[in-house]
Amino acid sequence: MDQMRPVVYCSLCLLFVLDHITILPIMAAIKVHGSPLSTNTLRVLATVYEKELDHEFVLIDMSAGEHKKEHFLSTHNPFGQVPAFEDGDLKLFESRAITKYIACEYADKGTQLIYQDSKKMAITSVWMEVEGQQYEQIAAKLAWELVYKPLLLGMSADTAIVEENEHRLAKVLDIYESRLAQSKYLGGDCFTLADLHHLPTLHYLFGTQVKQLFDSRPHVSAWIADITARPAWLKALALQSQQ
Amino acid sequence: MATPVKVYGPPMSTAVSRVLACLYEKNVEFELISINMSKGEHKKPEFLKLQPFGQVPAFEDESISIFESRAICRYICDKYADKGNKGLYGTNPLAKASIDQWIEAEGQSFNPPSSTLVFQLAFAPRMNIKQDKVLIRQNEEKLSKVLDIYEKRLGEARFLAGDEFSLADLSHLPNTQYLVSGTDKGNLFTSRENVGRWWDEISSRDSWKKVVDLQKGA
Repeated sequence: MDQMRPVVYCSLCLLFVLDHITILPIMAAIKVHGSPLSTNTLRVLATVYEKELDHEFVLIDMSAGEHKKEHFLSTHNPFGQVPAFEDGDLKLFESRAITKYIACEYADKGTQLIYQDSKKMAITSVWMEVEGQQYEQIAAKLAWELVYKPLLLGMSADTAIVEENEHRLAKVLDIYESRLAQSKYLGGDCFTLADLHHLPTLHYLFGTQVKQLFDSRPHVSAWIADITARPAWLKALALQSQQ
Repeated sequence: MATPVKVYGPPMSTAVSRVLACLYEKNVEFELISINMSKGEHKKPEFLKLQPFGQVPAFEDESISIFESRAICRYICDKYADKGNKGLYGTNPLAKASIDQWIEAEGQSFNPPSSTLVFQLAFAPRMNIKQDKVLIRQNEEKLSKVLDIYEKRLGEARFLAGDEFSLADLSHLPNTQYLVSGTDKGNLFTSRENVGRWWDEISSRDSWKKVVDLQKGA
């Protein structure tokens, strides 16, 4: 009986441990490489949060030029830009390709960010291109002059460039105003990637004189108030103060 | 029999020709409705209903009216998935993601400098607009850097997204055609071994030759 006691104790300990063991989390298959200050990275982070996906955020030290080093170029993005993305063996760059992949691959999780109906998806696709081709080209120039140049380089904005691009943005926003008078969101009745893609640059422009271009257009203004209040977007933004 | 598929715009427009190349690749019949841009037809109210930004192309079929050439191409590929080149937009989600990645690279990194050069070198002279030498030099430098990246990529893969010709390669055809055949900047492409090889291959596709013929005939 004495010889049995240690065995009994060991068995009881083992049972105790098995009862209380927590399964170690599997290494996240999804990784987002980038910086929370980068508009393109924020675009992907907002999407990951909308879809409620487990993921790992890998901070890239852009001030140290990490994104321009050979390892990053050959492993993640030959253009030396953030974000870069991994899902298991899949590697992608270009934020708008990444968000689309996430929206399609994880269609059944979290918020629906694309339409399954092909006609509705075609309209959404149009406005995704409008963001990437019409809006972003102008908004990024304004964000550079009014936000990044002063912040990162201590230089003041080029007023001629600002004026020219405010004028161009106003024309684009007139078209957005018409669209949003007919449709709650850019793609249709539901929030989709077409709306989400605007969030990061909008956020930066809202801290500048450009805000009044948005405020003075009631449908645009209401749309912005709606999409910027989304919890997933606020979660992505919160990463800025954590770094 | 009249086809419901209509493309609005002049074939010499790079964005219009992007859509035409896609329609030819997919063997989709279409009607090309010319828009006289020198007469400002693209800014008239009837056209603005189709394309509120007053740009070409616009696209219509029996069920939809859309714009933005890359969105139109994606729509054509999805709607006519079983026609013509079935793999043009990938036959599985991973292939599609890779193609989207390079379409975005085209739209965000390749298109801005190349379209500026196309305008400055091919269109401005015809329109009696003075060329901006500084802009030309700046954009030639930007495009060179992009093509260095393409040179490396095309040393690893036959086409941008992999082993097969895709919408990603097709997206590059319009601007490159002008630069190689219509300006003195063709060497940017032809002096790079892999880029040169890739250009020869994609530009000799029947679908692209048809577009070039349309452009010459217009």
